[in-house]
Amino acid sequence: MTLDLALFWIPAAVALVATGFVITRKNAAHALIYLVVSLLSVAVIFFVLGAPFAAALEVVIYAGAIVVLFLFVVMMLNLGNTSVMRESRWLRPGMWVGPAILVSILLITMVYVIVGLPDANVTKGEMVGPKAVGNELFRPYLLAVELAGFLLLAALIGAYHLGRRYLEQRREP
Amino acid sequence: MAIEVPVEHVLLVAAALFLLGLLGVLVRRNIIFLLMSLEVMMNSAGLAFIAAGAKWGAPDGQIMFMLILALAAAEVAVALGLVLQISRRFDTLDVDAASELNG
Repeated sequence: MTLDLALFWIPAAVALVATGFVITRKNAAHALIYLVVSLLSVAVIFFVLGAPFAAALEVVIYAGAIVVLFLFVVMMLNLGNTSVMRESRWLRPGMWVGPAILVSILLITMVYVIVGLPDANVTKGEMVGPKAVGNELFRPYLLAVELAGFLLLAALIGAYHLGRRYLEQRREP
Repeated sequence: MAIEVPVEHVLLVAAALFLLGLLGVLVRRNIIFLLMSLEVMMNSAGLAFIAAGAKWGAPDGQIMFMLILALAAAEVAVALGLVLQISRRFDTLDVDAASELNG
């Protein structure tokens, strides 16, 4: 049991620390690297919880595709030292106080609620493999898959429209 | 083989990750960091779903995670297009620069 808990808490601690670095870095590229670390450690948690397919998707789509998309934009915008300096002007230490207090109030509430859950809530400790997921996904959840397809198509068209350059010429007349 | 973990612990980690993302959204002004914090928040919601799926040994949690993944991909594609437009028009990444509607 202790070993099991260690197997869970080590990647969890890595995820929390890396996420803390994500929101405090001033250089966007450094923050992205920490974001990759955070996502990979969450993938390890998925694997430990017996969801290997979700872990693979987390690595391929989140840590792969989405973070690479971020990196493309950061590189296109060519953020250099000036943006780091601007960032430190925006990010004064005093700004952390208010939001941190509010968020810790929420955290205390959530910890209170979660700890008060009824006992014997232990995960089953069995793998749910890709076959079971696929069987479920394309039978009862087929409509949700099609809706996700609609959403992705809409996002594709939206991203194409927003990325075009002609919008730029219509600025101030 | 997978291990047995109390669901409370996983939910605590998910809550902590979610609140770290929320803190990032509240504090940062750079729109790229806002989007990264949103990714962290969605990822923590997915972690909670996976924990619930592991509790019952059911695939539904992983399916919900995949739907969240599709949502996150769609959101980030549109939002990064907006980032490019904002940086072209206002020459900054400050979200406050785009605080006014203009038809």
